[in-house]
Amino acid sequence: MAELATARHRSSASSASRRLIGRWVAETATAWSLAGPAVALMWLLLLGPAAAVVLLSFTDWSFGQPTMSWIGLGNFREMVADQLFRTSFLNTLVYVAFTMPLSVLLGLGAALLIESGTSGRGFYRTVFFLPVTATLLPMAFVFQFAYFHPTVGIINQTLSAFGLPTRDWLRDPDTALLALGVIGIWQSVGLNMVLFLAGLKGIPKDLYDAAALDGADGAWERFRRVTWPMLGPATLFVLTVTAIKSFQVFDTVIALTQGGPGNATNVLLFQMYQEGFSFLRSAYASALTCVFLLFVLVLTLLQVVLVDRKTHYG
Amino acid sequence: MRTSIAAALFRHLILATGAVLMVLPFVLMVSISLKTEGEIYHPQFSLLPTSPDGIENYVAAFAMQPLWRYLLNGVLVCVGIFLAQALFALPCAYALAKLRWPGRNLTMAFVLLGLLIPPQVPAVPVYIMLWKFGLLDSYAALILPSAISVFGIFLMRQFFRTVPDDLISAARMDGLSEVAIVWRIMLPTAIPGLIAFGILSVVGHWNDFFWPLIAIQTPELATPALGVMFFVTAEAGTNFGRLMAAATVVNAPLVIAFLIAQRWFIDGLTMSSMK
Amino acid sequence: MAEISIANISKSFAGTIILEGVSLDVANGEFLTLVGPSGCGKSTLLRIIAGLEHQDSGTIAIAGSSVDMKAPKARDLSMVFQSYALYPYMTVEENISLPLTMRRMGTLQRLPLLGGLLPGAGAIRREIAVEARQVAESLGIAHLLSRRPGQLSGGQRQRVALARAMVRQPQAFLMDEPLSNLDAKMRVKARAEISEMHRRLQATFIYVTHDQIEAMTMSDRVAVMMHGRLLQVDPPQRIYDEPKTLEVARFIGTPEINVLPGTVRHDGAIEVFDKIWPVVVDAGRHAPVSVAVRPEVWEVAQQPGEGSLLTGTVRHIELLGSETLLHVSFAGSAASVVARVEPTVATRYRLGSPIHLAVDPARILVFTENGKRAATLTRSVPSQVRNLHG
Ligand SMILES: Nc1ncnc2c1ncn2[C@@H]1O[C@H](COP(=O)(O)OP(=O)(O)O)[C@@H](O)[C@H]1O
Ligand SMILES: [Mg+2]
Repeated sequence: MAELATARHRSSASSASRRLIGRWVAETATAWSLAGPAVALMWLLLLGPAAAVVLLSFTDWSFGQPTMSWIGLGNFREMVADQLFRTSFLNTLVYVAFTMPLSVLLGLGAALLIESGTSGRGFYRTVFFLPVTATLLPMAFVFQFAYFHPTVGIINQTLSAFGLPTRDWLRDPDTALLALGVIGIWQSVGLNMVLFLAGLKGIPKDLYDAAALDGADGAWERFRRVTWPMLGPATLFVLTVTAIKSFQVFDTVIALTQGGPGNATNVLLFQMYQEGFSFLRSAYASALTCVFLLFVLVLTLLQVVLVDRKTHYG
Repeated sequence: MRTSIAAALFRHLILATGAVLMVLPFVLMVSISLKTEGEIYHPQFSLLPTSPDGIENYVAAFAMQPLWRYLLNGVLVCVGIFLAQALFALPCAYALAKLRWPGRNLTMAFVLLGLLIPPQVPAVPVYIMLWKFGLLDSYAALILPSAISVFGIFLMRQFFRTVPDDLISAARMDGLSEVAIVWRIMLPTAIPGLIAFGILSVVGHWNDFFWPLIAIQTPELATPALGVMFFVTAEAGTNFGRLMAAATVVNAPLVIAFLIAQRWFIDGLTMSSMK
Repeated sequence: MAEISIANISKSFAGTIILEGVSLDVANGEFLTLVGPSGCGKSTLLRIIAGLEHQDSGTIAIAGSSVDMKAPKARDLSMVFQSYALYPYMTVEENISLPLTMRRMGTLQRLPLLGGLLPGAGAIRREIAVEARQVAESLGIAHLLSRRPGQLSGGQRQRVALARAMVRQPQAFLMDEPLSNLDAKMRVKARAEISEMHRRLQATFIYVTHDQIEAMTMSDRVAVMMHGRLLQVDPPQRIYDEPKTLEVARFIGTPEINVLPGTVRHDGAIEVFDKIWPVVVDAGRHAPVSVAVRPEVWEVAQQPGEGSLLTGTVRHIELLGSETLLHVSFAGSAASVVARVEPTVATRYRLGSPIHLAVDPARILVFTENGKRAATLTRSVPSQVRNLHG
């Protein structure tokens, strides 16, 4: 019977393969009709513009200008000489260096304390996470008035109650950036706490028992021998995420200081915003965007490489 | 025994202090929003307002600026963005997760590349593009640029990969088209992921300030965060009671939603960390 | 109801050949079982028939016309999956009626809420509900219609899967190991039920399994598949009695067929363990062959008799209740055989007892070195049987 079937269909072998190609084409078309719109939009709104930013940064184009010419690294040369860029770049780094460690440490501390007991876990988690959902811009004004206000703000009221000198925190070039940092920390601690809580959940309980049998049963010993090494990858991840988030500081600057006083809070994204959308120097703004993008990519790559290392040799 | 009680007390002491620091801004915001000008600047601070006149702040806040409009805009924009993101991301995620087609690996690579790009990077070219099409200062300017979420694609693909292949085969035998498979078979299995992603998206765009600031000039089109900024500029003298009232109104929807659906919010907002 | 013809199907995944020129005609109303070890390509072939996978070459025809161009839904086949593949968030009723909904209702009519307002939608829905209930009743799951698959036992899920396949009365049923997720007891019951379903529907069934008992008990014909090739397609008893290759002989039947090494003498007689056996073959002289005997074919005796071919020692006794398996080994050889005997016979043997085995020469199977069956002639017994050195 099998031989019969073969013979019957041999004659149509070539037409069969043509039919198969037809179905392959149809299925490919279906797949592309499903994925195509998203792919097109992804290029139109994300990848294309990101590429355009890189290209624009090599030109001298200003928004609305009819002509544009290729000036190679001109914008980047200007940037190196630009006092304002140096200030804003430095400010951004200072801001990150201030907020990242504090926000990560506080998040870790909160997570460890919450996990160390059984009562009130859900309550504390909720409360610490609350700021993550807050709209930062209006909250900035709360901080401006209730905390940093030179006379009625809590901080100065407390200081003067103890007879200590007070400051106008947001108008003092020495403290304005840190004041913004405090708001940033307040908002990000909760997210870090939740990420650390997830990391802590992932540590097998047996490890603590094993450590206890090996003589490591004090709280500190448990942390040092088990918790901390096991949290390694999570910590690295939290650090990167927080650094990237901090690098994007913008809302509080616009709301409270407009980069001032005297550029003390001028940060990278704020400068990019001003150049691009106030002064309409699109090319220069693109060059600043490139620096921003580069920083984020380097951080992400660093994290990937380090996590790889850790998981391979840790 | 004694040390463990002491330790527990210590734990609660520290955590409670932290908790107070976390909620204090909200408490102060509401407190100030309910105070009259005189009370606000009174040298003796009190948490509760002493007179009911402070409620005036809310009346004034709604009267002076189109606060309702800001909230409505916020809802419109967030819903519009989320629907667009889901509409585009789900079929694409299905094709990436379950179909074999030329270009799939390349597309996936570009999605991963897209994940690395922060949202501020495309701002300048997208602004230029919207200007070319005369779309600046419109709802389209708020919604279009976020109509695609590579993170949404990525996340949904991860969810779809866990759907058994047999289920899709069965659906094909039962006569479902590929489009029907996306909406009738895949979507229901990915609802938890979609909700979490929706929260991430809605919270992000409700709170977003960078892009609305760039794209919108007309106060009537402002989203909540930008609306507060218009509020501040309009009130040059800055009446903090009213400002806090506006701030409270803008914050209230998400905070209340969070308190109602904490688990979903925490899952959703920490989701971006799972990639 | 239709015949299915599979012609010269080949398929490879990433350079590995999975199916190699598979050809097979399944008659209208036939119950054909595709059996083979797991990984041999059975599911792939079934999925190609269903249109879920593309063949590299070859043609599938249903009811006389090629369906290669057709998408799965256009082939009008039903499939039951090993995992059942029930839609987890739909009720049993929705699961069963989905195939009908997709076929009978237009896109607009299917929309929730809005669809209900369109003319005719309600009537079609009621009709579908009635049919779904009828099928559910015929399988005894009508009381489960409003449950979800997650709330069902394995056996109930399996029936829901059958119901979903039955409800639209397809041209043919394809089943991919539908019983392998059931426990042993349920499986016996479900075997009978599927056979009954086949008799009642008189539809064409292609049934895939790696379990040769299912293949033997349910099928009109069995197709044995290995390494992507069909080795033999025949009715079950014929597959068992007349396997075409050693692989088929070994695969079908439990306990496995006994295989002993033999050689062909100059006169074509077979010699095993220095004894001449009562068969001659038409195979190359002096070539090594495999001599295969089913466990139940052995005739056991405590004393050497006229026809004794093997003398060994009982090494292990397996009591199965209805029968007993005696494992016999031979001095100076690693080979051992299993004899299936009546329990009453078995009681005569203890571990270590000597045992003598004889065979009905007509039931000795001989395979050449390349595994092909060699034609045998029986020599007259007993005169031809003698000890070489005796
Ligand atoms: N989509 C696929 N891609 C690559 N290899 C596959 C695919 N499907 C099946 N295979 C391979 O084909 C072989 C046969 O698979 P299958 O037909 O499922 O075997 P069976 O059903 O007989 O157990 C297996 O080795 C399997 O790994
Ligand atoms: Mg299989």
